Amino acid sequence: MGETVVGIGTRKGLWLARSQDRKSWQLEGPHFLMSEVLSLLFDTRSDPTRLLVGFRSSHWGPSLQHSDDLGATWVEHPDGSIRFPEDTDTALKATWQLVADPHDPSVVWAGTEPQGLWRSADRGETFELNRGLWEHPHRPQWGEGFGGGAIHTVLPSPVDANSMLVAMSTGGVYNTRDGGESWNPGNTGIHAYFQPHDEWPEFGQCVHKVVRDSGTPTRLYAQNHRGVYRSDDDGVTWTSIEAGLPTNFGMTALAHPSRGDTMWLVPIASDGERIPPAAELQVQRTDDAGATWRTQHEGLPSPSYTNVLRDAAGLDNHPDEPGLYLGTRNGEVYASLDGGDSFERIVQQLPDVLCVRAVTLP
Amino acid sequence: MTARVVLPGLLRDLADGAAELPVELSAQAPLGDVLDLAFGPWPILASRVRDERGEIRRHVNVFVDGEDAKRAHGVQTAVTPNSTVHVINAVSGG
Repeated sequence: MGETVVGIGTRKGLWLARSQDRKSWQLEGPHFLMSEVLSLLFDTRSDPTRLLVGFRSSHWGPSLQHSDDLGATWVEHPDGSIRFPEDTDTALKATWQLVADPHDPSVVWAGTEPQGLWRSADRGETFELNRGLWEHPHRPQWGEGFGGGAIHTVLPSPVDANSMLVAMSTGGVYNTRDGGESWNPGNTGIHAYFQPHDEWPEFGQCVHKVVRDSGTPTRLYAQNHRGVYRSDDDGVTWTSIEAGLPTNFGMTALAHPSRGDTMWLVPIASDGERIPPAAELQVQRTDDAGATWRTQHEGLPSPSYTNVLRDAAGLDNHPDEPGLYLGTRNGEVYASLDGGDSFERIVQQLPDVLCVRAVTLP
Repeated sequence: MTARVVLPGLLRDLADGAAELPVELSAQAPLGDVLDLAFGPWPILASRVRDERGEIRRHVNVFVDGEDAKRAHGVQTAVTPNSTVHVINAVSGG
């Protein structure tokens, strides 16, 4: 295999860590200095790989750019890739998610703040707003988490081109089965303790991240604000799988790219104490779809008072064993080449990490 | 007569290096129209200063002859044919 590239989006720009052997790393950057890099996509569906980056400057607003030479040169569409149509009277704040469609190599999906879902048919150069979700009657009642009202999870079904799940905080999970024309909430079984008049609402849950099982595409895992859940019906109903975890709080989740029933969480002590459990930065891994969990912390710092944000964890696509990468709020990146059993710090002294995505090139 | 739109250093690359953009005006015009004329050839530059609704971004300040347009009438602030319009990144950030 060729080079592995880890894209590290931070509060103040994008860095790329590059390696031939995933042991020694060269750091390149910053790109887009003084911009918050919230979303990255290495699109390997064509040659060369296209890197898409969604970022925002606190002064100059949001932007989405792409590079077909891994950051040597960047292209920004002159009219802006994502622009809310005039009739919405809405301005884009940020792009939180960029996802390659599994069925059409020219299609890229984006999730934005405010809560918009967007489809690009030209590999991420221009996007069109999904009107079905934008005009959903629930939209005025969707709330905003600390990060703002954003669609932070976009999961197209790998087996059904008309099926997709999106998630937001604080609106919860929504599904379409008709190619985005209509959307239904999929939050049954997810507790919303912060809604004192109805703790089991139809929508309004604070989901932090949803991932899809690689072996069973209708199986999903959700890390929520105080709750960890699994769905076996493609994101309609959920059951708790938090027994055995040190805490039920956290931001991120990762599914193993080729091994079914295997996924990782990074627990946080609680919503009131946003540090690692017992001040020990750790990963919780399950190999049986959440029935049991084991702690992985070798090589991670302890004591530690940092966190891993919702998109600050990623996996490469190395065929031997996918590399697992965690970026922390104190600007470090840890890599594991053995599925989380041991970690090594590969980057330090960056601004706080918001987004990590990785690729191993052919 | 020519009004001038003066750009901050950070944005000049988006206008082929120009430090200021001349706008020919025969009469008084709203700031929004003047910015549309000044930024016409450079839509990316325009998007840095104003969002897709035409609003001046929160942390960008635009001064018309020394007066902060946000404290005046926003994009409706009057620009005269002799005016100087300064676009400046606001004092904010961390």
